[in-house]
Amino acid sequence: MLEINNLKSRVGDSDILRGLSLSVNAGEVHAIMGPNGSGKSTLAQVIAGHEDYVVTGGDVQYQGKDLLDLKPEERAREGIFLGFQYPVEIPGVNNAYLLKAAVNAKRKHQGLGEVDAFEFLKLAREKMAALGMDPKFLNRGVNEGFSGGEKKRNEILQMAMLEPSLAILDETDSGLDIDALKAVAQGVNTLRGPDRAIILITHYQRLLDYIEPDFVHVLSEGRIIRSGDKTLALELEEKGYEWVREAASA
Amino acid sequence: MTSENIESIVNRRYEHGFVTDIETESLPPGLDEGVVRAISARKNEPEFMLEWRLQAYRQWLEMAEPEWAHLHYPPVKFNEISYYAAPKSDADRPKSLDEVDPKLLETYDKLGIPLHERARLAGVAVDAVFDSVSVATTFKDKLSEAGVIFCSFSEAVREHPELVKKYLGSVVPRRDNFYAALNSAVFSDGSFVYIPKGVRCPMELSTYFRINAANTGQFERTLIIADEGSHVSYLEGCTAPMRDENQLHAAVVELVALEGAEIKYSTVQNWYPGDENGVGGIYNFVTKRGDCRGANSKISWTQVETGSAITWKYPSCLLRGENSVGEFYSVAVANNMQQADTGTKMIHIGANTSSTIVSKGISAGKAQNAYRGLVKVMPQAHGARNHTQCDSLLIGKECGAHTFPYMEIKNPSARIEHEATTSKISADQLFYCRQRGISEEDAVNMIVNGFCKEVFKELPMEFAVEAQALLNVSLEGAVG
Repeated sequence: MLEINNLKSRVGDSDILRGLSLSVNAGEVHAIMGPNGSGKSTLAQVIAGHEDYVVTGGDVQYQGKDLLDLKPEERAREGIFLGFQYPVEIPGVNNAYLLKAAVNAKRKHQGLGEVDAFEFLKLAREKMAALGMDPKFLNRGVNEGFSGGEKKRNEILQMAMLEPSLAILDETDSGLDIDALKAVAQGVNTLRGPDRAIILITHYQRLLDYIEPDFVHVLSEGRIIRSGDKTLALELEEKGYEWVREAASA
Repeated sequence: MTSENIESIVNRRYEHGFVTDIETESLPPGLDEGVVRAISARKNEPEFMLEWRLQAYRQWLEMAEPEWAHLHYPPVKFNEISYYAAPKSDADRPKSLDEVDPKLLETYDKLGIPLHERARLAGVAVDAVFDSVSVATTFKDKLSEAGVIFCSFSEAVREHPELVKKYLGSVVPRRDNFYAALNSAVFSDGSFVYIPKGVRCPMELSTYFRINAANTGQFERTLIIADEGSHVSYLEGCTAPMRDENQLHAAVVELVALEGAEIKYSTVQNWYPGDENGVGGIYNFVTKRGDCRGANSKISWTQVETGSAITWKYPSCLLRGENSVGEFYSVAVANNMQQADTGTKMIHIGANTSSTIVSKGISAGKAQNAYRGLVKVMPQAHGARNHTQCDSLLIGKECGAHTFPYMEIKNPSARIEHEATTSKISADQLFYCRQRGISEEDAVNMIVNGFCKEVFKELPMEFAVEAQALLNVSLEGAVG
């Protein structure tokens, strides 16, 4: 589904990604771990198409297309979803309105008609109930005055409504209490399926107790320095990143 | 957003910038007593009207242009403006729509207001002012059944001189300000509305203003009187063709609400704003004031201002009657080189009067947008209340938003609240929307419309849709 080959990217004057390669197939869940500043979030932003992150080398294929040729909104309509680490507030814009516009933008791209308002609300309420969200959040401004946990649940709600082919969750677990973490994990697990791939970016093993990854990668200085199965995350938890770095440079 | 993208959108042509090619009869440029007399004579006005104009003209001569506004523009050359332009067939004016010059009707069609069809469908009576003469008034019959008078100002001067004499200048005195005095001297036409006691006007009344002839100032004058216990909703829309010269628009609007009466006045102003370099465009110097003369009366101003090179406009309320209510809801957009200095004045005179101000200013490009508002509570106005909310939205890095709130509170029982915010459409907000599959333009529209929601909901339904569309055209993707 996603083939990243020797990707290099810079923000401002700093090179962040320095030749990153990663292959993700449908049905897989990958966890990307690594210390602060290793390029985890940059990878997410580059895949989503943020213009501040300039690609200076390498290529990215997504479902057989050159991903880097597509605008951010086109990538989204093609099924890429980024759960933001810090979801932005958009005061005055109704949460339901944004959600419906997003769903319809994707449907239009797929040659489908607009979603019926009644069906939309019914579906949104179901998904919210599953995530333990109060339906009143639908009528509030997008993330306006939401707590950290509410924002993250809102990201998962959007993901659940948009049913992406490739979901990238950028530190969705950070700052969540245990109930919110479970709700988020459940949302992600519901989405798991043979046609979808999920990339989890996280600092901690904690999330992986609830969402079991097929692969774990360790990112350091813009490259993947080690890959393994879920046991790698446990080992990391125990021994720290230094251990991988030393092992990698040895 | 890519820079080509911004440019192509910002450089979008002004959609209403066509010129109608019909013969007009204009007075030569310049202003003196002779011009004032000529205007009055052409309109067959009674003596009292001519006298009123002449006094205004003499007062105007002694006045100076206001300079306090946060606006910068070269001095207006009042002697290079023609003060009167009428479609040529003035002598035999159309008696009904069928007799109206088809080209004129076509113009209205382009503006999206076909008088025949849309007006009827929408139940709107339109008094269309084309340059200076009111060319057609619809629904007069139905209105007159209800006793409502809705006609051109010229007609009111001839047919209802007693009402005109009684109320003209009673809210905006001739020498109120420089532009009001100028308007009082040379106003050419406008709308007149009288709603009798206890009558709820059976339809929304609407005027569409349009400046067509080059070098013509448009000086319309509107007077609306809502007698005791009556109710009226009045809509005003404005557009002007594209011209390289600046055109002057100095209107006066006076509203009078007697006891228990309610006037709702909504404006969607889309005058030509000039091009992206600031060439051309309308200078919009307008005095609008409502007088809540009777107890329990209410006047509500709603305006959506997207056009004009320069806007100088403060729709205001004199809250004289006890328990009277004044409201001002405004969206002012300034893009490219536009400058706006707009706001309101709420003058609390009667006891237990209350006022609400909601101002939403949007600045993009290199535009400067200022809110200027006065809340004044007189010593006798016990229990006066005001709530002001003043929000600015900035799009891009080169524009400016300014807020000048003035408060003069002379009664200690007053309760005055002022809230102000300034926000920006951030790159993060746009990226967030785009990551959800929403295009940048749609995202900007969504955010801007969300910002203006409180004001749009005050507009009559049909106007709200138009206002929203207009805003989208004025601003789409103007993000730097």
